[in-house]
Amino acid sequence: MSETPQLKILITDDNIADCLIINKLVKDQGYQTVVAHNGLEAIDLFLKEQPDIILMDALMPKMDGFEAAKKIKSLVKDDFVPIIFLTSLNDDVSLVSCLEAGGDDFLSKPYSSIVIAAKIQAFTRMITLHRTVQAQRDEITRRNEYLLQEQKIAKNIFDNVAHLGCLGAENIKHLLSPMSVFNGDVLLASRKPSGGMIVFLGDFTGHGLPAAIGAMPIAEIFYDLVAKGFGVEKIIHDINQKLNTILPVGFFCCASIIDINYAWERIKLWNGGLFDVLLKKNDGRVLPFKSLHLPLGILSAEDFNTECVECDMKVGERVYLFSDGIEVLKDQEGKAFSLNGFADFLLKNENPDEIFSHIDDQEKLSFERNISNIDDVTFVEVLMISEEIVSSKHEIVRNSDLHGARDWSMSFEMFNQTICDFNPIPLMLHITMEVPELRVFNHDVCMILSELITNGIDHGLLGLDSSLKNSANGFQHYYDLRNERLTNLSGESLHISLRHLPHATGGVLVIRVVDTGAGFDYDAIDFDIPKASQISGRGIPLLTKLCESIIYEGNGNTAEAVYRWEKTQDNNLL
Amino acid sequence: MSIVSHLSESGVTMKIAIQGRFDFGSHQDFRESYDKNDSSVKEYYVDMAKTTYLDSSALGMLLLLRDHAGGDAVIKIINCNQDVFKIFEISNFDQMFEISAAK
Repeated sequence: MSETPQLKILITDDNIADCLIINKLVKDQGYQTVVAHNGLEAIDLFLKEQPDIILMDALMPKMDGFEAAKKIKSLVKDDFVPIIFLTSLNDDVSLVSCLEAGGDDFLSKPYSSIVIAAKIQAFTRMITLHRTVQAQRDEITRRNEYLLQEQKIAKNIFDNVAHLGCLGAENIKHLLSPMSVFNGDVLLASRKPSGGMIVFLGDFTGHGLPAAIGAMPIAEIFYDLVAKGFGVEKIIHDINQKLNTILPVGFFCCASIIDINYAWERIKLWNGGLFDVLLKKNDGRVLPFKSLHLPLGILSAEDFNTECVECDMKVGERVYLFSDGIEVLKDQEGKAFSLNGFADFLLKNENPDEIFSHIDDQEKLSFERNISNIDDVTFVEVLMISEEIVSSKHEIVRNSDLHGARDWSMSFEMFNQTICDFNPIPLMLHITMEVPELRVFNHDVCMILSELITNGIDHGLLGLDSSLKNSANGFQHYYDLRNERLTNLSGESLHISLRHLPHATGGVLVIRVVDTGAGFDYDAIDFDIPKASQISGRGIPLLTKLCESIIYEGNGNTAEAVYRWEKTQDNNLL
Repeated sequence: MSIVSHLSESGVTMKIAIQGRFDFGSHQDFRESYDKNDSSVKEYYVDMAKTTYLDSSALGMLLLLRDHAGGDAVIKIINCNQDVFKIFEISNFDQMFEISAAK
């Protein structure tokens, strides 16, 4: 207490003699004093001098102590300025009215110097306590505001990184309800350069800052690898490895990733630790995809399993992913959102268009009732749409490179097992993306590359017949056969070469793929687009539409595609 | 929620019983239940007979125990009720721990 500045005490009494006595008593205790002789003066001095304690006579001319006390108490707001009434009245009613007027205590005349000193000291302790609490409260408020401000900025940065994908696409509906400023859930979606889309849903242990920090590298790896044309296995592998490195033991991320292929009407899925991913078929069935793996970030790269499940998904069918928030709601709300409850709900529902809005309404309802903030609830619906709808909408890609590789060639050759193990498309795309403004046509280039390379491998090197794919079972047979033959490759190679030539308004990209296989009869190829009912054989006819020319040479094991592109109007504006 | 641990006389086997909800709030207690012992424990039994609920932070805590126990020790999670067992199943923690349901 020695460090607190000398307290100032306001003494108010109309009796000059009493004033002098009290003033002397208080001063002798070492306090600073100011003196007023009526209520009005007291208020005036209170404002001017800001005393710490007020000793106030009850009955005074002009304005009495009761009224002055009320006024002063209304002026002090948050501060604590004790008012001690000095009074010769000693009936209960008068003493009560002292306290009712805002007084904190009273002293009866005649004064005892010991009692005055003790009371002032008692109130001094209370003032000190009050000020300490107030200072701590202000500090907490200040820090909290600072923290919220920081979180706001961090969230902004996070949103810029995490939500630059295509969550707004017409075939995605999603629901993200953050528990605090940050959400323990991560939802990412991005279009593949080859068409189709990849969706990722992750749920971190815990919430807030740690989860958001963990989400940042996930988002970066995801968007980077999808843009370069890598498959889900590689993406999930890299994310796991990153999280395994950066997360402390005990922290991990339950996740699902889905590769949606519009052209083949198929999905490829990996689920580690999330609830069943549900696929609502057009015939009303609901297929669950169980979590077959440990969550991300737990296992080292050697032990991590990237094995995915594949399944047909026809146009109009919907796939649902959700975080454990929906399960948590069960405890509070009964049956509505339990896992089986939702699967049952999907099964019974005959109007799939309404499923999402139903969940959305339920979620809003529970949010209003304040029961959903136990955990985050993230819910996504992805609809399979036909490739024609997607490719008819040109995506504008920002491109600020004014210089870059315009006139170049490269060649790349793979042998034996590498043909099976390595996907060369991301590497090729990476180089073609160095051509300024060709990036906008990334989708086309990727398509041509993957068709030519797949044909070279499947038909050239492995001798697979695509008519095998003409039935649903045949599809599976085809892939089994493909995997089997791939692992037995020997003495074979695949040579890919690219040449880009610039011209004034665009450029020409020549892609040559040469395989060491037996070749095939290229005169027999039907270059027309097959009928919708036909499952396979879309590849080459599609390429003839995209390219200026497609030529087969030799015995059919050399394919050359010439792709001519023109700068678009939109492109020049960017 | 309460967590009680019991070390066998030989000091080789430790039993940790978890009662009620096993979630982030149990972090400190769970850690203390095994932390006070030296590393001579070779077998841990986590008894979930009276565990009513398990969340993802609890899964994280089990990973911490695994880390603490080291590669040589065995961790067995026993007497899981149906709900708790389902959570282990979904997270595929049976790939890392020996997990058994209540009889």
